[in-house]
Amino acid sequence: MNDTVETTQTNSAETLSAPLSPGRKKRSPLGEVFFRLKRSPLAMFGLTVILILIFTAIFADVLSPYPYRKQDLTRTFETPSRDHLLGTDEFGRDILSRLIYGARVSLQVGFIAVGIALIVGGMLGAAAGYYGGWIDNAIMRVMDVLLSVPQTLLAIAIAAALGPGLFNLMIAVGIAAVPNYARIVRGSVLSIREMEFVEAARAVGSSDLRIILKHIIPNSMAPIIVQSTLGVASAILNAAGLSFIGLGIQPPYPEWGAMLSGGRQYIRDYSHLTLYPGLAIMFTILALNFLGDGLRDALDPRLKR
Amino acid sequence: MTDTKENAKGLLLDIQDLTIQYVTDSGTVHAVENLNLQLGHGETLGFVGETGAGKTTTALGIMRLIPSPPGVIRSGKILFEGADLLKKSEAEMRAVRGAKIAMIFQDPMTSLNPVMTVDKQIAEMIRLHRSVTDAEALNLAGDMLELVGIRRERMHDYPHQFSGGMKQRVVIAIALACDPGLLIADEPTTALDVTIQAQVLELMKKLKQQFDASMILITHDLGIVAEICDRVAIMYAGRVVEYADKHALYRRPLHPYTIGLFNSVPDLEEDKEELAVIPGLMPDPMDLPTGCTFHPRCSFATEECPVTKPDMIEAAPGHFVACPVRAAAQAGSESRGGEGQ
Repeated sequence: MNDTVETTQTNSAETLSAPLSPGRKKRSPLGEVFFRLKRSPLAMFGLTVILILIFTAIFADVLSPYPYRKQDLTRTFETPSRDHLLGTDEFGRDILSRLIYGARVSLQVGFIAVGIALIVGGMLGAAAGYYGGWIDNAIMRVMDVLLSVPQTLLAIAIAAALGPGLFNLMIAVGIAAVPNYARIVRGSVLSIREMEFVEAARAVGSSDLRIILKHIIPNSMAPIIVQSTLGVASAILNAAGLSFIGLGIQPPYPEWGAMLSGGRQYIRDYSHLTLYPGLAIMFTILALNFLGDGLRDALDPRLKR
Repeated sequence: MTDTKENAKGLLLDIQDLTIQYVTDSGTVHAVENLNLQLGHGETLGFVGETGAGKTTTALGIMRLIPSPPGVIRSGKILFEGADLLKKSEAEMRAVRGAKIAMIFQDPMTSLNPVMTVDKQIAEMIRLHRSVTDAEALNLAGDMLELVGIRRERMHDYPHQFSGGMKQRVVIAIALACDPGLLIADEPTTALDVTIQAQVLELMKKLKQQFDASMILITHDLGIVAEICDRVAIMYAGRVVEYADKHALYRRPLHPYTIGLFNSVPDLEEDKEELAVIPGLMPDPMDLPTGCTFHPRCSFATEECPVTKPDMIEAAPGHFVACPVRAAAQAGSESRGGEGQ
């Protein structure tokens, strides 16, 4: 029995380990994303504004010149001056101080509401996408029902049912956004579930939960991060809207939407009461949208050089 | 042809009468039909066939990873180390997957998780099946990388920082990390270029011996089979049509389909204008021909072929073929005393 069937063998296996360009910088995926984000000026502007806002919200007690509820009925409706940089409102309260405290509420509502939506929607979407079949149908049909109601209306309904207050406001805004996240997570889980590395993970004996948490979710982060960033903006806007119609934060605690609502009746004579909270909302939303767009570009693997 | 008997006693894997179907709205796909296969300890079995012949389905069936629905294992037994894998619970199967039967996938570009460093991916396998700490698992992962010829410094790299051949080495390292008894390699070199193919095959051959594992190598490349397999099973339309020792098969292919496969391999020394091909196309797996599934394309076909399903016949010791016509011809040529080509 001769060995004519054996083909010639090429050089030994060990040679392949050699090539490695020495000076190459190693970046984690996160570092890579930040590197690309830095090249977009708008995104960096957005990130800076958001970071300043977060800083302001955390140190509101130190930064604000007056307590937010300190009234001075002798100095109502003052236009901006040295004492009150942005003027005072109908009770003589310092508008700048109220804006600074308002940032605390707005950011809290924005991030926590999105957090609630992301956790609930993410779990539902991941289960729907991973298991498919009737689980998928049951979950997604409920989401479709929620989606068929306009998000703001849904939030109003939930807030009205729960009653006003900061915590209820977060829940109302969060639940109203759940279907959006469920859909996005389900979509990316669906596409990643079919990838070979998921099958490979199954072939090494991983359980379903482990596959979802360690392999599928980390790989579907990109669209989720983008949607969450943009989602914070719409949550802040939603919360402001609810406060504006009196379902959100109750006076005297300052909230940008509530400040708009309070200043509405004086808009003709004392427009600075509404101008500054309006600008604050606008800049926050704008910054979050810039950041979200920048992240979308930075996370898109097709734009990798 | 001599070593077939001694393998018969220590069977690692014994597949009996396995039938796997995909039940879809547009019909039932007969992916694997009445498949019988044996694999001894330390053996390498080549699994050859066209795309859609049921090779991968069989492999996934052994791992119990057939997507269900639509996949259904209709009948049969898969005896691995004497126990029927089809009777095991999902939890028991998880302990088998990776630890006892490991799989190497076709495309190393997609079979590694892009957002996990490779050492963590190897360590995941070790952590799942051995009671070691994370630090020990990572250390073992580094050892495995060195074993497949990747320097230890690179263990914290992400898959995209490796070339295709190196990624396949990582995949091999994962597969071997828990010292499995059986390694299933599903076209492990198809996605690699030819020079890297040879290196990866060489590595697999070496490590298979080092770890004393058996291997099922799925491929459609007869050259690869020649290089590393001991035995070969040729699959056509969900059935094994010929099963023999490598040397016997290459010297004297019996089944008309096998002959067709060998004829369609271009020969460097012969000056041919056109490649010899097997006439016709693979049958639609939802609507297989009656009798022998190969008969519409077969030049040896008789009136009997469309009527009866051929059984496996031992045409020569250890050489099985599912074709009564050719088996009879082989018997005839042997009784005339002709062993030669």
